[in-house]
Parts: sequence; C-alpha cells; structure tokens
Amino acid sequence: MSYIFRRILYAFPILMGVNLLTFFLFFVVNTPDDMARMQLGMKHVTEEAIDNWKEERGYDRPLLWNVTAHGSEQFTETLIYIESLKLFKFEFGKADDGRSIGRDIEERMGPSLSIAVPIFIIGILTNITFALIMVFFRSTYLELSGVVLTVVLMSISGLFYIIGGQFLVGKMMHLVPISGYVGGFDSFRFIILPVAIGVISGIGSGVRWYRTIFLEEMGKDYVRTARAKGLSEFRVLFHHVLRNAMIPILTGAVVVLPLLFMGSLITESFFGIPGLGSYTIEAINAQDFAIVRAMVFLGAVLYIIGLLLTDLSYTLVDPRVKLS
Amino acid sequence: MVDSIYALIGAKPLFLWTDILIWFLVAVIFFGVSYTRRRPHLLQPWRRVSKSRLAMWSLAVLMVYVVIGLLDSIHFRYSLEESSVQKEVHYSVEAHTLLDLLLSDIRDSGEKSYSSPMAKNLFVQESIEREDGSVGRDYPLLQSAESHLLGTDKVGQDVLYQSLKSVRTGLVIGTLTTLIMLPFAVLLGIMAGYYRGWIDDMVQYTYTTLNSIPGVLLIAAAILMIQVYIDNNASLFETTEERADLRLLFLCIILGVTSWTGLCRLLRGETLKLREMDYISAAHAFGVSNLRIITRHILPNVMHVVLISVVLDFSGLVLAEAVLSYVGVGVDPTMYSWGNMINGARLEMAREPVVWWTLLASFLFMFTMVLAANLFSDVVREAFDPRLQSRGDK
Repeated sequence: MSYIFRRILYAFPILMGVNLLTFFLFFVVNTPDDMARMQLGMKHVTEEAIDNWKEERGYDRPLLWNVTAHGSEQFTETLIYIESLKLFKFEFGKADDGRSIGRDIEERMGPSLSIAVPIFIIGILTNITFALIMVFFRSTYLELSGVVLTVVLMSISGLFYIIGGQFLVGKMMHLVPISGYVGGFDSFRFIILPVAIGVISGIGSGVRWYRTIFLEEMGKDYVRTARAKGLSEFRVLFHHVLRNAMIPILTGAVVVLPLLFMGSLITESFFGIPGLGSYTIEAINAQDFAIVRAMVFLGAVLYIIGLLLTDLSYTLVDPRVKLS
Repeated sequence: MVDSIYALIGAKPLFLWTDILIWFLVAVIFFGVSYTRRRPHLLQPWRRVSKSRLAMWSLAVLMVYVVIGLLDSIHFRYSLEESSVQKEVHYSVEAHTLLDLLLSDIRDSGEKSYSSPMAKNLFVQESIEREDGSVGRDYPLLQSAESHLLGTDKVGQDVLYQSLKSVRTGLVIGTLTTLIMLPFAVLLGIMAGYYRGWIDDMVQYTYTTLNSIPGVLLIAAAILMIQVYIDNNASLFETTEERADLRLLFLCIILGVTSWTGLCRLLRGETLKLREMDYISAAHAFGVSNLRIITRHILPNVMHVVLISVVLDFSGLVLAEAVLSYVGVGVDPTMYSWGNMINGARLEMAREPVVWWTLLASFLFMFTMVLAANLFSDVVREAFDPRLQSRGDK
C-alpha cells in the first residue's frame, strides 16, 4: 500500500515537468503577444486589440515573476502559477470558439473508446493467435512466409490501410458507410470498418513483437523440462509458454490501456468519428493552443496511470514479483 | 571574386541547413567505413551481412534512393536577367537542385490538370474549338503526350517528378533525426549507467517526463510554435526553400527529442551490466580515468546497440512523416514529400472516375524504400546482436 502511495507521489514531479515543458512551449517560445497577433490576423492589429485579447483569456499577467505584486503574490500572480494550477485541477478553460474544453472532452470520450477498445482487444487476440501459429509451425515454409508477410505489412503506411480499406469496402462493395457516427446500437455499422482496418494495420508489427516474445520463452529451461516429460508440443505452447509470456505481453499492453481514452488521431479523422483524436486534429488545424495544451497534459496523466497499472498488474500475473 | 564566378555560371549555390547536415553525415559514414575496413574484428559482423543476398539487394535499392536524395541536396539559385539600370545581380527566389537539372524534361512540361499515366489526352474535359470551328467539350491533347510515366496531378505537375523529389525529404527525416538525437542518447545513457546516483535519477526523470507526453502531441505543439515564429519573421528567409528547410530541420529535432528515450534506456541498461565486468574493475584498479574507461572500454562495447537502433528507427521515421503531414504538423506544405502527396490525393479516390495514380506512385515509392530498409535492418540486427548469435549457434 505504501508502495502505491509512493508511486503516486513520484508521479507529481513528472507532471510538474510536463507542465513546465508545455508552459515553455506555449508561453515562452511564443509570448501571448505573438499568439494574439496570429489569432487576430498578422497585420493591422492595434495594441488595444492585443491587450483585449490577452485580458479575455487572463494572459495579461507576467510570465514567471510579478514585480508589481507584494509578498507571495509575486509568485502566485503570474501566468505560470495560475495556468499550472488550472491544469492540475483539470480546469481546461475555454477553446477559441468559446466552448468549454472540459465538457467537449467528456462528450468525445465515448466515441473514442468505442473505436479504440475493440481495436485494442481484437488486435491483441489476433496478433497473439497468429504469433502462436507461427511459433507452432516454426522452421517450416509456413513460418517463413509468415515472417515475410509481417515485414511487408509493416512496410505499408497506416494511411494506405485506411484509404484502401475505405475504397474497397465502402465504395466498391457498398457494405458499410465510409464515415460518420451515431450513438447507441446503430453505431455498430459505423464502427466495424475502422475497427477492422485498425486491427489489420497493427498485425505486421504486433505479430512480430509477440513472436519474438514467444521464441524467447521457447529457449528457456522449463520448456525443455516440459518436453522431456513427454508433453505434446501443443500443450507446451499453450499451457507453459503462453502463461509465462503473459508477463512481457502485459507490460506492453497495460501501459497503453489508459491512453485508449485519447483515441486515434488518424483513424478518427478519416472516418469522421467525433472522438478525442479528431478533436485534437481539429484543434491543431485551427491552431487552438488551449486545446492542444489540455490534451498534452491529459495524455501525460493517462500515461503515468498506465505505468502505475503496469506495476500493479505484475503482482497479479507473476507471484514472484513483490512490490517494495 | 566569388561573386564574379557566380555571375559567369549564372547561378549561386544555396546552402540549406539540412544539405550541410546531410553531407556531414555522408562524410561521417565515409570515415566510419574506412575506419572499419582496417579492423577485422569490426568487419566481421559486416561480412555476415554481406553474405545475405537479401541484405545486398535491399542495400542496392536503398543506394538508388540515396543517390537520388544526394543529387537533390545540392541547391542553387539561377541569376535573373540583368537589368541595364542596376549593376547588381539578382537571383531567383526559387531554388533548383542537380536533380531538377536531370529531370528538366518532365519538370517543365506543364499540363493543365489530371492526366493518367502515359496518356495522350487530358483526363478532364474542357471546352475546345474543333477544326471546323464549332466549340464542344472534349479531352484536349497534352503538351507532351505519352511522356508522363505516372501521369500528372490536379495542377498538371508530373507525378514521377514529385515522387522523386520526395525521396530527399524521406531520407532527411529518416537519417538526420537519428544524427541529431544520437549524441544526447549516447552521452546521457552511458553517464546514467556508469555514474548511477543522482545523475541516473536526473536522466531517468528526464526521459520518463518526455515519454509521458504523447509523441504526436508534443510534435504538434512544437511545430505549431515554430510555424508562429516563421510567420512572424517571414523577412528572414529569402527563398521558400529556406523557410521549408527550417521547418524540416525542426521537425527532425523534435522527432529526435521524442525518439531518443528508447535508445537512452537501452544504453543505460547495457552500461549498468558492463560496469560490473572484470575488465572494467581491472581498469579501475590500474587507475584509468573515468573518461578513458567510458571512451575506450564502454563506448565500443555498446556501439552495436546504437547501430541496431539507428537502422531499426529509419523506416519508422519515414512512415511517421506521412502521418504527421496528414495531421498538418509534418513538413512544410510547399515541400515535396510522400506525406503531402497522400494528403493532397486522398480525396481523389472519391472522384468519379477515380484518380488513382498519385496515391499509387507515393505508395510504391514509400513502400519500396521502407521495405528495403526493414529487410536490411533485420539482417543487420541478426549479424550484430550477440544474443541472436548464440541462439543461432545452438
């Protein structure tokens, strides 16, 4: 218990670092003046307009140190203090179009998850299955062609999977809509194509990764013992190797689990799914810095939660590991 | 003196940042090759690589790309027609490269719009005047019929030319990113593993923090900021190439920032293992300084880790460029790149009839390079990884 507590405490300096880095990027490299000028149009901007813009957003305070204030307010009445505090309280403020970023994120989480979770689960199951088949038939032509196929699949850009998939399934065969999204049960029709493409585009690198894990386990002594006992290859693979390989598999999988909330940038924007991924892309294209900054912070928080979950999951799968 | 030579040739060289770095890299590789050739123990793993026919074929394919990329890395600006009023020579705001000279045929054959590969006529109808004087809608003849091997795009530019020009962008991102991040990763990784203590804590803290920010978002944030800087200081750049080049360089730097953490962690682990070795203890006992132990005993023994990760990263970075350009935080929109080509052409699949050649061309060029790089890196990894070696011997 104290271990978990210490880990959570350890997360704070990291979040502080992330916060400092984003602050540096968004407020120091380009001062609020620069941003105001860009938002309001490059030329013909009066000083008044810039000052108004800054005041509206509360950006009119000094960046790091307030000379005009007294006592501790010299530190607290600054942009860095106030903006950081807001992030840590998960108050993301308003986007440039006046909508609340916090509420937008809540609304868009659902669609993101409805794509990301199926891709994650089906993807892992497919990849492990293929990797096991390849290891089972190792040193045959079946494996060789499998290895070649994974390299080929890996060499295709993710964009082409989406463009090709949309073209084949949506346009030529008219099976499912190309893009769009509705809530509820009807969303199934819209989800199936992105999920299928997401799974297929991950097969190349995924299968290779799991195959190396399995091969590593196959070389260990307990496998030799199991074979010496006369167990069938099938039993060795599924009962012994698969179970032991769960440890490295979990490490890879649990870390990304919280990040599923963030959705996938490319898939969501291609298929017109109103999730967090397309939210981020829209923000980038509209140069809405408040949203991008909020998403960076949110991503970092989720990643740290992922690291924490990984540590905890070790104890569940591997009884030898003790938290200390 | 130099100016008069430029005036004589009618062109002035333009040194872009990425050009300088690319040629610096070529020099480093050249030096590395001649260094390795004299040392048989370093040459041995490369012998294993050269025995693989697959690796040699992939290397040949990669070399073709490299030659195209290098030809495209010598920029110059033509001088404009001298006006009688001014004595001063002005240079074109558009930069050309040696590759442009070679490809001037397909570069300058300006068509009006789409034309399919090797077509005689334009792909879209236009109202033209027939021989008998009547006006009707028809497919007009191309300026240079049957000369566009891969067709032309929306504004009539040759697709093959675009694909070839994109080679340089892909290579720059794949190689310079690694070149930029390598010193940091090697220095910090080895120092963390060797000195441990607070240095280790600092390095670990740094890479955990950087890792915890989703890569695409960090790149997006940094590129947006650079774009604001470039837009606010537009007068600094004489040519569009220079502006695009600065953005490309920063893209490499920021990609390097997000990708050095993996190598750094590997090196730290490897150094932690090495420092407990007997020969390091012996060096300590002999009173060899820390710096010397690191450079003479640790660095050469972790070089295989560095090499493997450099080769493995290459293809991933080339693929990342396409995705980033799609998101809008990749290379400058005016720069030729496969990502920009895909981005510009992705809506063409929805046209009726389908315009498929731009996508096909960028797909083929990118796929060939990445596949060759992947195959080559697999062989290199097998040849250099001592763990895989022992497995093979069993």
